[in-house]
Amino acid sequence: MAQLAAVIGTGQTRYKTRRGDVSIAGLLREAAVNALEDAGLGFEDIDAVVIGKAPDMFEGIVMPECYLADALGANGKPMLRVHTAGSVGGSTALVAASHVQSGTFRRVLTVTFEKQSESNAMWALSTPQPFAVHLNAGAGGYFAPIIREYMRRSGAPYDVGIKVAVKDRLHGARNPLAHLQKPDITLQEVEESMMLWDPIRLLEACPSSDGACAMVIAAEDAVDSSPRPPAWIRGGAMRSEPTMYAGREEVNPRAGRDCAADVYAQAGIRDPRRELDCAEIYVPFSWYEPMWLENLGFAEEGQGWRLTMEGATSMDEGGDIPWNPSGGVLSSNPIGASGMIRFAEAARQVRGDAGAHQVEGARLAMGHAYGGGAQFFAMWIVGADKP
Amino acid sequence: MSAQREIAIVAFHQSPCQASAGAANEVELIMPELRAVFDQVGLANAQDVDFVCSGSCDYLQGAAFAFVAGVDALGAVPPIRESHVEMDAAWALYEAVLKIRMGHADSALIYGFAKSSPGELPIVLSQQLDPYYLAPLWVDTVSLAALQARLMLDAGLITEGDMAEVVKRSRRNAMTNPLAQLAGETSVADLLAKPHYLSPLRRHDCCPVSDGAAAMIIATVEQAKAWGMPYVRLSGIDHRIESHNLCLRDLTDSVSTRKAAAAAGMNAGAVDVAELYAPFSHQEIILSRALGLGEDTRVNPSGGVLAGNLMMASGLSRIGEVFQRIVAGEAGRGVAHATNGPCLQQNLVAVLEAA
Amino acid sequence: MSEDNNAQAREPVTGMDAPIYLQYQFTAGRAPSRFLHALKQGRLTGQRCPGCSQVYIPPRGSCPACGIATDEEVTLSNKATVQSFTIVYIPIPGNPIKPPYIVANLVPDGANISFIHLLSDCVNEEVHIGQRVEAVWKPAQEWDYKMDNILYYRPLEEPDVPVELIGRLPVEGWEGQA
Repeated sequence: MAQLAAVIGTGQTRYKTRRGDVSIAGLLREAAVNALEDAGLGFEDIDAVVIGKAPDMFEGIVMPECYLADALGANGKPMLRVHTAGSVGGSTALVAASHVQSGTFRRVLTVTFEKQSESNAMWALSTPQPFAVHLNAGAGGYFAPIIREYMRRSGAPYDVGIKVAVKDRLHGARNPLAHLQKPDITLQEVEESMMLWDPIRLLEACPSSDGACAMVIAAEDAVDSSPRPPAWIRGGAMRSEPTMYAGREEVNPRAGRDCAADVYAQAGIRDPRRELDCAEIYVPFSWYEPMWLENLGFAEEGQGWRLTMEGATSMDEGGDIPWNPSGGVLSSNPIGASGMIRFAEAARQVRGDAGAHQVEGARLAMGHAYGGGAQFFAMWIVGADKP
Repeated sequence: MSAQREIAIVAFHQSPCQASAGAANEVELIMPELRAVFDQVGLANAQDVDFVCSGSCDYLQGAAFAFVAGVDALGAVPPIRESHVEMDAAWALYEAVLKIRMGHADSALIYGFAKSSPGELPIVLSQQLDPYYLAPLWVDTVSLAALQARLMLDAGLITEGDMAEVVKRSRRNAMTNPLAQLAGETSVADLLAKPHYLSPLRRHDCCPVSDGAAAMIIATVEQAKAWGMPYVRLSGIDHRIESHNLCLRDLTDSVSTRKAAAAAGMNAGAVDVAELYAPFSHQEIILSRALGLGEDTRVNPSGGVLAGNLMMASGLSRIGEVFQRIVAGEAGRGVAHATNGPCLQQNLVAVLEAA
Repeated sequence: MSEDNNAQAREPVTGMDAPIYLQYQFTAGRAPSRFLHALKQGRLTGQRCPGCSQVYIPPRGSCPACGIATDEEVTLSNKATVQSFTIVYIPIPGNPIKPPYIVANLVPDGANISFIHLLSDCVNEEVHIGQRVEAVWKPAQEWDYKMDNILYYRPLEEPDVPVELIGRLPVEGWEGQA
């Protein structure tokens, strides 16, 4: 059965609108070298490389892993490329973990990235297909109606999203890598920011970032040789469902609920809010915090927004279950890497490596990613204690 | 590390290789192949396997997230465990094998698909090259393969007659393959009389472009037995990549193929049959030599991809072809190969053995 | 090399233009083609899943829930219900529609799934979930194989559809609702 595996190194780039100082290969290498240094290893110690990113059209390179093999020291090794839409950062981590958990390899390097500035992601998401209506409304145009339906059902006050937008940016201000640095952000500033896709305001949406994230995942017998504490993988799960089908629950998708149930069962978790110390959850639009609080079982259906408003997810308000201590997707969004950043940040928390955004005493944390029409989910639980 | 779980291949099906699938879209290409493998095993749909993994490439059909439509063919309600590689589906098989080895699945569905006909494949694949130095030159994949063939000819490693011989055998073998796109009796002399296309390649040295899909079901040996299915053991599978910098590689050899074959355990026994993903005739010779295949091995009895090339599924199809030969009792042990990238940059080798 | 040249060589190159032009001959798919042919005749059609009986618009080839081909053609109503919507304020390059405009998820009567279209001829602030709307078609001589044959949807003077009934009205609309 599954072999034990742990994260022994994480590495990230700084996230910015445009990293003109590095090529695409340079961007990935920066994250990879940081992860290897954290693990006390070199490229020669790595058995296989697993790479992930969102659609190739974001940079305009077909299957870019071919070109990236040299920069990632992959020559002569297995190299696999994952693409599961927006959840890809999370699923790439899980596929990398399976290289170790299957007993096939001892040390695997996994890297995800997006260099959105090299192309036009908004265009890539809305390429005109003949025959379809040319509404070109982007991702926000797709998710805004679903958020509106959540607001109707839950009766949540209009400013829940505003509160999340402020909370995650204040978290991000503790994280020197975060793209948006807004230590002085206010509720009023978010409320007065431009409405993009009603009810989504500019400051309630994620930025568009260049960046990469990497991890080194090792087998049990390869963990001790690394200098820093490991983050043991306690569970990992993926779920997919079609984008649209008659009767599909879009606000609280079943794929997310099932995926969470699976990963909690693996980690022996019954009450995530109580048993987890923090969570890094994929929240690209502010309202997805209350929606995912419910979807992931941190709150009863229709009650997620209350946790947010009570400050339960805020480090600055001393919340009991901080969500996105790193600032989350709302603070940095290199799409293909965004899921892996969640997974890596969860690992950093339980390794006691999160600096100013460290949740004190964190020993069990969750990483989460989703993609497509909120239909692809990837989650993991990592812990300081060996299972 | 404990002994790995044994993997069994239990079902395979692919669509005919055709230059254009006409009006059919991706979902419509995939559904019949999935139905065929489900029927072979007696399963209702993807709900009856533990894991699903697919391979495809957005750029072939020219739309971001094209693979998402594939999920619409699965019956994924309630939600399923599913993943996707932006690679040939042979690598989707690799991901599924890891899932089974780690105990998170006892069975898996793998499929690959592409509708390459809407675009110009060699030009599309030119955008697979280094984006700063090579892609802006629009060097297409056929030209790079021609460069590789030229190196071999000038080094005296092959003759144009050897290349024609590969094509002749492919066309002849394909006559017994109803799914092939190009088949027929021809001679080396006839082939050499044809004009060059991109010198030294002639049109027939290059694989055709085909639309279609392929699907496979694998399981643990225990699960295969429980299903009561005849199965073939996937005794080894490995893949390796080489430098993207063509000037750093010996293009007349395939080091990564040799490494993958060794790691997959190919050398532990005789090889009765080999299906090699060689999109160009001279590459079949490179691969056969890299694998050390001799006279005792039947190479590409299906005709190989020179007879029909389902991009993103051809690698999986090579494995499926070997599976079918072994199940039919025509062979006891075989290897299958898949490739990706310019001039055989990345290669996968699978070893299959009779149960 | 002169000193000037050396200084120039040390300047980082932070970008280069390499435009990509790829041409595709797109095909719609067999099931979508049947839908588009009807659309050119000014008819909105859905396709019924032989497994779960749900009616899909636009048909994409399969019932995604069952993973089987949709077959039976069903003519749908010009009337529809707002399942949800957003008001788009963000100007998107290349988009001829000037913001603010309403993009709505609409379920035509007789179908069981929503599609996205424009909602216009309305007071943006008064649009709501459950609202009844109808299709406004282009003049018949301009009809093509396109969803744009319907210019937009506009509000109807009909009672709202309760949320639990959205996506469940028969093709006769309210009148067919027993």
